[in-house]
Amino acid sequence: MVIKTLLIANRGEIAVRIIRAAKSLGIKTVQVYSEADENMLAVKLADQAICIGPASAAQSYLKHDAIISAAKDAGADAIHPGYGFLSENANFVRAVANAGLIFVGPDADLIEKMGNKIAARQTAMKAGVAVVPGSDGAISDLDEAVRVANEIGYPVMIKAAAGGGGRGIRIADDEASLRRLAPQAQAEAVSAFGDGSYYLEYVVVNARHIEVQVMGDGKSAVHFFERECSLQRRRQKIWEEAPSATLDEATRQELCQSAVKLTRDIGYVGAGTVEYLYEESTGRFFFIEMNTRIQVEHPVTEAITGYDLVAEMIRIAGGAPLSVSQDDIKINGHSIEVRINAENPLMHFLPSPGVITTLTCAHAPEVRFDHFLYEGYTIPPFYDSLLGKLIVHGNNRDEAIAAMHHALENTTISGIETTIPLLIALAKDNEVKEGQVHTGWLEHWLEHNIEKIKP
Amino acid sequence: MTDIQSPLPGTFYLTPSPGEPAYKSKGDTVSEGDVIGLIEVMKTFIEVKATDAGTFDSYVVENEQPVQAGQVIAKLS
Repeated sequence: MVIKTLLIANRGEIAVRIIRAAKSLGIKTVQVYSEADENMLAVKLADQAICIGPASAAQSYLKHDAIISAAKDAGADAIHPGYGFLSENANFVRAVANAGLIFVGPDADLIEKMGNKIAARQTAMKAGVAVVPGSDGAISDLDEAVRVANEIGYPVMIKAAAGGGGRGIRIADDEASLRRLAPQAQAEAVSAFGDGSYYLEYVVVNARHIEVQVMGDGKSAVHFFERECSLQRRRQKIWEEAPSATLDEATRQELCQSAVKLTRDIGYVGAGTVEYLYEESTGRFFFIEMNTRIQVEHPVTEAITGYDLVAEMIRIAGGAPLSVSQDDIKINGHSIEVRINAENPLMHFLPSPGVITTLTCAHAPEVRFDHFLYEGYTIPPFYDSLLGKLIVHGNNRDEAIAAMHHALENTTISGIETTIPLLIALAKDNEVKEGQVHTGWLEHWLEHNIEKIKP
Repeated sequence: MTDIQSPLPGTFYLTPSPGEPAYKSKGDTVSEGDVIGLIEVMKTFIEVKATDAGTFDSYVVENEQPVQAGQVIAKLS
């Protein structure tokens, strides 16, 4: 079944991105929007736009029946969820299928399986993918804990079995500290939860975040190599690259093969990302999760491979097989993406919604700017702060960083505060240039380098 | 009467979390800097504080109502 009309159940820059991909395939587009998003760019670009409720996402972009009714009313045959909102909501995906519509992504059972941390870990282990080493079950005996810790290696994290939200977590660097800390953790867990048992998990020190882009059609699967997203603040990625600056070719092949094997083993359909923590000191990588959607940072993969991932996932949802085989996919050069957010980096990242008074974009063949802005547009305060993504391509990483610096200097978004000054400071930073980063690097940098951010 | 305005646009909340009572009710003594409500702006919650002291009269917007920057959200008598 080929998709003729596609409803976009999202907003912001990704809605614009999906509309462009659909148009390139000759597919009619229907954009849903909340009362606060009447003037957004995707509403103007789509063939048809339907208001589905008030500003609050719970009453609009998260409302299953409103979106499905809009699809029915518009005669759409498929729904693209983008990222966030309902993109990994198995109940929604079931409701879409029950309404006789196509969901652009995997089916509800697969989303449920990979969305559950324990089930995903077991599925990865079954596929032979390394996971972060940890105790198989809860432990309550100290000698047992020491035996398990020797097996998984130090440092280990001690986590209360009954706890949650990181409460009472301790890190032991060696056996002596484990013997001292585990009884403390146990006593605390007994008084807090009435259950003193705990789990042990290996701590990847200075981990780098590396993820593999995969695509499957249910029978076959391919990978589009890796992205590195180690520059993060509060677990939000802000700077992403492809390929990773740290992997050697043998490790890259091993990593990508493990991701594609997992994708094939589960009969995956659509675009997905297999995420890993990479331990640079040992060259080991560990599966953390699989995201069953298109991701914010997909353009860096498009830039180095030359494929349109959003168009491909729409084609596959329409019943087509993968249009590409693994041998066709090659890495060409290096790409970087930065996320430009409506936040003031000099005021603890205070959100800054408001009117865009002037907008100047860097124009060059190596620059791509995925955004939803225009002069006079008011960024509403009700949704996330992502304004757009600046993507550059270079022959190598040094060229890509220089191109990013230049593109950022030539991008102006006036009327609101943005994170551009932070991104310029990062593009000039020596450790970034040398690729000496990990997932804790940016938060540490922000504590000591705030004066390098020039307003 | 003294007005308390929202410092930012966003969604206004009268209570610290769902199911809890409102920060202030009629007749409460309000000191400068007391938290009157929360504004959710771009998924971040920011406290709205009283800029004057007085006696709380009323909220003039409803819980979870969208508000503009500078909009009056409560009154002190």
